[in-house]
Amino acid sequence: MKKTYKIEVDCANCAAKMETAINRIDGVSAATVSFMTQKLSVETASDDQGAIMQEIVKICKKIEPDCEIYLK
Amino acid sequence: MTKKQKKKLYRIISAAALLALVWLLPEAWFAALPRWPLFLLPYLIVGFDVLRSCVRNILRGNIFDEQFLMSVATVGAFATGEAPEAVFVMVFFQIGELFESIAVGRSRRNIAALMDIRPDYANIERDGALTAVAPETVCVGDVIIVKPGEKLPLDGVVEEGESELNTAALTGEALPRSVGVGDSVISGCVNLRGTLRVRVTKSFENSTVNRILELVESAAERKSRSESFITRFAAVYTPVVCALALLLAVIPPLVAGEWGKWFHRALVFLVVSCPCALVISVPMSFFGGIGGASKKGILIKGSSYMDALCSAEIAVFDKTGTLTEGAFRVTQVYPVGCSEQTLLQTAAAAERFSDHHIARALRTACSDNLCAERAEELAGRGVRTEVEGKTVLAGNRRLMEDAGIACAEVSTPGTHVHVAADGVYLGCIVIADAIKPDAAASIAALRRAGVRRIVMLTGDNRTAAAAVAEQLGVDEVRAELLPDDKVAAVETLLAEKSAKGTLLFVGDGINDAPVLARADVGVAMGALGSDAAIEAADVVLMDDRPAKLPQALAVARKTRGIVTQNIVLALGVKLAVLALAVPGVAGMWLATFADVGVCVIAVINAMRAMK
Repeated sequence: MKKTYKIEVDCANCAAKMETAINRIDGVSAATVSFMTQKLSVETASDDQGAIMQEIVKICKKIEPDCEIYLK
Repeated sequence: MTKKQKKKLYRIISAAALLALVWLLPEAWFAALPRWPLFLLPYLIVGFDVLRSCVRNILRGNIFDEQFLMSVATVGAFATGEAPEAVFVMVFFQIGELFESIAVGRSRRNIAALMDIRPDYANIERDGALTAVAPETVCVGDVIIVKPGEKLPLDGVVEEGESELNTAALTGEALPRSVGVGDSVISGCVNLRGTLRVRVTKSFENSTVNRILELVESAAERKSRSESFITRFAAVYTPVVCALALLLAVIPPLVAGEWGKWFHRALVFLVVSCPCALVISVPMSFFGGIGGASKKGILIKGSSYMDALCSAEIAVFDKTGTLTEGAFRVTQVYPVGCSEQTLLQTAAAAERFSDHHIARALRTACSDNLCAERAEELAGRGVRTEVEGKTVLAGNRRLMEDAGIACAEVSTPGTHVHVAADGVYLGCIVIADAIKPDAAASIAALRRAGVRRIVMLTGDNRTAAAAVAEQLGVDEVRAELLPDDKVAAVETLLAEKSAKGTLLFVGDGINDAPVLARADVGVAMGALGSDAAIEAADVVLMDDRPAKLPQALAVARKTRGIVTQNIVLALGVKLAVLALAVPGVAGMWLATFADVGVCVIAVINAMRAMK
């Protein structure tokens, strides 16, 4: 399943780092962090992204504490 | 400016004022006490957040980010007794960050505004009163009311009312389109005159406007080579420069001494090692280019296709509907002994009862108001009708020959309709699938833009295809192709192109999805409202004018030029500062400029891609 989330991230390099980190998570088949559109799109094998999103938020906060991911 | 930015601005101003004040205090006051602790005050005011996130990141095991580099550099400057420089560099860094965030925010908003075709509300009639509701909540089959000046929120069919629609936001086309009862209308257009009642045919999710927005927003996911290059480069660049800084701080002093001097020069390296200008400038330029193109009615589905457009070598066109109108029209009228009007009117009247495409083309060409009766179809030849009391024959050469009427030789390509009334030859009308007015110019423009080979594919017969090809100036024609043959033809051409060049295929999106997918860049034309075409293509031209294609190439070229400029600028300045830092020519202030100044310049340059 592919889903898009709104994010808030202030620096382009952090966005790039987040993208690399998210793509390393098990269960994520493809992910992009777009600094320009402030959007995160995650493609996973399973239909429930709940647990993976928790993991993603944790990792992103580690990279850039000021970032925000809106799970909605 | 946002609240966050304003706060930063105040901090910068007060820190700069304090810095100046401490600097200007008379020397005599510091006979007994050192001056440097006073500099800590402005330093902390302006830089506390940088230090804080530096500490936080180190605790989390993240080094090599901007905050870390700036903190080490400025604390290092304090340690080597360059306190004013440390404060100055921190102030400068923060000014740069502020500029950067303003510039990035503004350009992001500008591009977003370019693409903002998102409707805010839909008017629904409930209990006799109009209510504005969110477009997402409207169901298929509901009737919405669109007042003059409003944006159409959903795709639908006009039930009542007549108006003109401005499609500029979707197609870049300034000429309004008139619509009436029964016409399909697409979301994102602006209603110019009358009130329309529209029956919704697609939910918001599937409406044109939403699909286009999704497409443009996900364009960032298909990264170009230069984009992935720069991200990978940045990941290596920073550690390498930091390692160089370490070497610079240790090796020369081991040989020649002067630890403090070399340590200071190494700090300059650290400042230069920030990767931000590089990382932001490339995707931003592409994003600007994609935004600018969408304003012109050209949707490019990703920056990788920008690259591919730039190196276009072979352009393959489908004929019908792409280079030609895809509809039969009267292209030439050759009257003999009567006026064009008489000839057309007689022919149209004669064909009144037919539903053949020839008859339709004749009726479109002139309004027939002559009285016709007793129509008789003569299979394979034409029709015989009584028009205003005269026996009119309209059909091909054989019909005339059978009736013993001599007819004119016409060599114009197309279907020829000869007309005679009461045995008197009136002339000939040529009906053909007309070539689009801008097709020839577009092909010439593509050639000027460096496309070496232009090929036309068609299912039509060879004569018709050759005639069109000659008028347009294409290099090759492959005629009488079945849909599968088109894929095969494109595969052969793909094998013939050079390794670096790319192949564009341009079609109208109907029945050519496999070819669109097979080509390096599949371009769907006139795809407004056609979901399948939007899905299959890499580049979508919103209206059906071939002239959009050279425009798309120009946008891609310009964008790639700007990307190259930005990479050269950012890397060039950084390398120059690194080189100048070794002999001690470039100080820390120049290094800070190399970092944030270049970043701001790159962002401003990236904005040019939008225009």
